[in-house]
Amino acid sequence: MSTQPITPVSKSVNRRFFLKSGALAGGGLLLGLHVYGKNLNGLELDDASVFEPNAYIRIDAVGKVTIMAPNPEVGQGVKTSLPMLVAEELDVAWDTVNIEQAPLDINKYKRQLAGGSGSTPTSWESFRKAGATARQMLIAAAAAKWSVAPGDCYTENGFVVHRSSGKRIAYGEVASVAATMQPPTDVVLKDPKDYKIIGKRIKNVDNLNIVTGKAKYGLDTRREGMLFAVVARPPAFGQKLVSFDDAGALKIPGVKKVVRVENKVAVLAETTWAAKKGRDALVLQWEAEGKLESTPDHQAEFSANILKTTEKPVRADGNVEDSFKLADHVLEAVFEAPFLPHAPLEPMNFFAHVTADKAELFGPNQAPERALNELSRVLELPKEKITLGLSDRMGGGFGRRLMADTPLEAALISKAAALPVLVVYTREDDMQAGHYRPAGMYRYRAAIGKDGNLDAWHLTVSSINQPNGSRENSFPAGAVPNFRIDSINLESKITIGPWRAPNHNFLAFTEESFLDEIAYDLKKDPIAFRMELLDRSSSNSYGKRIYDPERYRAVIKKVAEMSNWSEQGKNGRYKGFGAHFSFSTYAAQVAEISVSNGKIKVHKVWCAIDCGRVINPLGAEQQIEGGIIDGLGHALYGELTFDKGTAQQKNFNTYKLIRIQDAPDIETAFINTEQFPQGLGEPGLPPIGAAVSNAIFAATGRRMRKQPFAMQPLI
Amino acid sequence: MAKYSLSVNGKKFDVDVLPDTPLLWVLRDSIGLTGTKFGCGVAQCGACTVHLNGTAVRACTLPVSAVGTKEVTTIEGLSADGSNPVQQAWIEEDVAQCGYCQAGQIMTTVSLLRKNPNPSDEEIHAALGGHICRCGTYTRIKKAVKLAARKGGKI
Repeated sequence: MSTQPITPVSKSVNRRFFLKSGALAGGGLLLGLHVYGKNLNGLELDDASVFEPNAYIRIDAVGKVTIMAPNPEVGQGVKTSLPMLVAEELDVAWDTVNIEQAPLDINKYKRQLAGGSGSTPTSWESFRKAGATARQMLIAAAAAKWSVAPGDCYTENGFVVHRSSGKRIAYGEVASVAATMQPPTDVVLKDPKDYKIIGKRIKNVDNLNIVTGKAKYGLDTRREGMLFAVVARPPAFGQKLVSFDDAGALKIPGVKKVVRVENKVAVLAETTWAAKKGRDALVLQWEAEGKLESTPDHQAEFSANILKTTEKPVRADGNVEDSFKLADHVLEAVFEAPFLPHAPLEPMNFFAHVTADKAELFGPNQAPERALNELSRVLELPKEKITLGLSDRMGGGFGRRLMADTPLEAALISKAAALPVLVVYTREDDMQAGHYRPAGMYRYRAAIGKDGNLDAWHLTVSSINQPNGSRENSFPAGAVPNFRIDSINLESKITIGPWRAPNHNFLAFTEESFLDEIAYDLKKDPIAFRMELLDRSSSNSYGKRIYDPERYRAVIKKVAEMSNWSEQGKNGRYKGFGAHFSFSTYAAQVAEISVSNGKIKVHKVWCAIDCGRVINPLGAEQQIEGGIIDGLGHALYGELTFDKGTAQQKNFNTYKLIRIQDAPDIETAFINTEQFPQGLGEPGLPPIGAAVSNAIFAATGRRMRKQPFAMQPLI
Repeated sequence: MAKYSLSVNGKKFDVDVLPDTPLLWVLRDSIGLTGTKFGCGVAQCGACTVHLNGTAVRACTLPVSAVGTKEVTTIEGLSADGSNPVQQAWIEEDVAQCGYCQAGQIMTTVSLLRKNPNPSDEEIHAALGGHICRCGTYTRIKKAVKLAARKGGKI
């Protein structure tokens, strides 16, 4: 964090600024976010040369513009794309701007969260307003200095220009005057046709730091007096610690301390290696509490559950029972989802320094406000006594870092040891102590009416620790007159959590594979069949519908054109289609594959996407490419199984992730880009499993009913 | 504990560590060069890749006792300012998402291109197949390797 000073002004001005800003932000962006005379760390300052109109912008006297990036950066690109919004409206040249990761500050910022693909839609308005507010104050300052009307001034790349005289002044030169200006009661945002930054292909702001090894991740945190901690956690879900002997651990040179925290034992040492050796030298006695679960146990329970009907279905339109009775014929398919670990490449870690009356936490977390709440509760410290800094970058998250367990664990270890500590998970720890994508089973039944139409759709899902394992408004909901979803929870000691596009990540594969089966049964082209269903949804929606059938149709039409869909089987290559609506974004994909000696090769993937306006096309394409490769890799290879509560895959030698030779070429097209912008961290992922499974069917006649595909015989 | 004198990025470092300590942790925890990353600890992901006398090796499974007088180069030592053509290609193609694996990917690519200035797709796959990018930046990595090869220059 920089500690640039800012302008002090009188208390009365402070107060007015506070109120007015709050009003103009209309929803909290600027509300209570800033007190003149304090910098971002809350320190009193006396330099009068810096303009810091809100929590996003700092302009110093030499004109250096710093834009804060408050949202956690896990690789989804918000550290680049969101400051673009501020810079656009502030009207500064992008390559002159400095970007800084902000720490958690619940008073200054509204939603410091990397989840639900939500940063873009929730920041779109407020971040632009922050830039526009500052720009108008700079105009007012220059106008006052020149004694001209503000209306006769405009801005241009970091300068205020007086239209009549052509006089120009740099932002830095009026920064101190701007700091005394009243914020505007209303700000005018740019017409999109005037955008100079939004919509441009802007590179990752940390590229240079990344390629030179200077970028700092959580594991790179170093503090005076800090020790590294490696932790012994229960080797199986459902075990508790009975006793431990740390004599061997304490003999390892470099090991300084061993502390027990709840059901865990932490070894603190001068180096990570000594801490790990110390942890491995602990003699630990564990005891099972009740039955330890294995994957076949879950599968047996799922299999029984999916035959049940619940009293309270998640969704019920029409009457599926009657429809099945009257059906010409019925189709059925059961799909199985394995557990998946998130496996971010930077293993879980967090720094904590907890003393009697305060706590400093620092590291990679996707939901720092949630972590702060948990820390406050567990440490019994008021939130004001806890600082939570975010590492400049995070080595992936995929949902794992939404959980507060790691910062909390670090805090408790630091408190127990009375030392500053960086808790480091080994890869094996990371795999074992996960909050996994839940395993589940999905039974689909479809009734084909006497008229040859899809008349009923019934999904019964059972998954781990999820009362609702579905997304009940997902297509084809709205397109089928009789539609029902039952969901049956299977309680488990295995912890689950949101995994990139929760539920969607597997549901899309099941829905779109089953629709493909129905299309083939009806002897219809799979894409034409979807279009027909969307027509039905459009003309006569059955029950609640959260997607727009026209936008859905548009991405399907686009991807069919891009991929030359009707050309099937040429040169031994086969195409499969999948589409999905998630996080307010429409994604349609076609995968082209070949199968040789039982091995699947995905050559190319086309993706048409409607996420509304694209803020940074370079970053947006990257998210789609990453989502497709992530989804493809897990559909081909991802599977975590349990034996007596212990994850059987412990590292990348047994848990296979996709590698470079399996990555297909990807072509992405964005359409409908005048619409409100949505986030892209997740929506690119869900359709690919179905696109590939349907291509496998086209190539081999075999239906993939479970993932991972690559582990199943194809010939 | 044992004392070692290491040559890293052209500088001498004297460390006193457990002899079985992997070079990775000596670099990161004792010398303070954190650009080399920990991903798996079992030579499966490539995040820890450094050069030993110019050849790409996995620092997470190389005990410090085996380094001897060999010259270690880490991502920080590749260039002072990111000017190596491979680093430049990585920027030009905007490869990184989270960025965590990229130092390792770059170190292997440099080693590859020094031996084979114009690798085929298969040769790129063979060299970088030992790396994992959890974000899935592989298509851009391939482009960047090819761009660096095409542009040439002193890698």
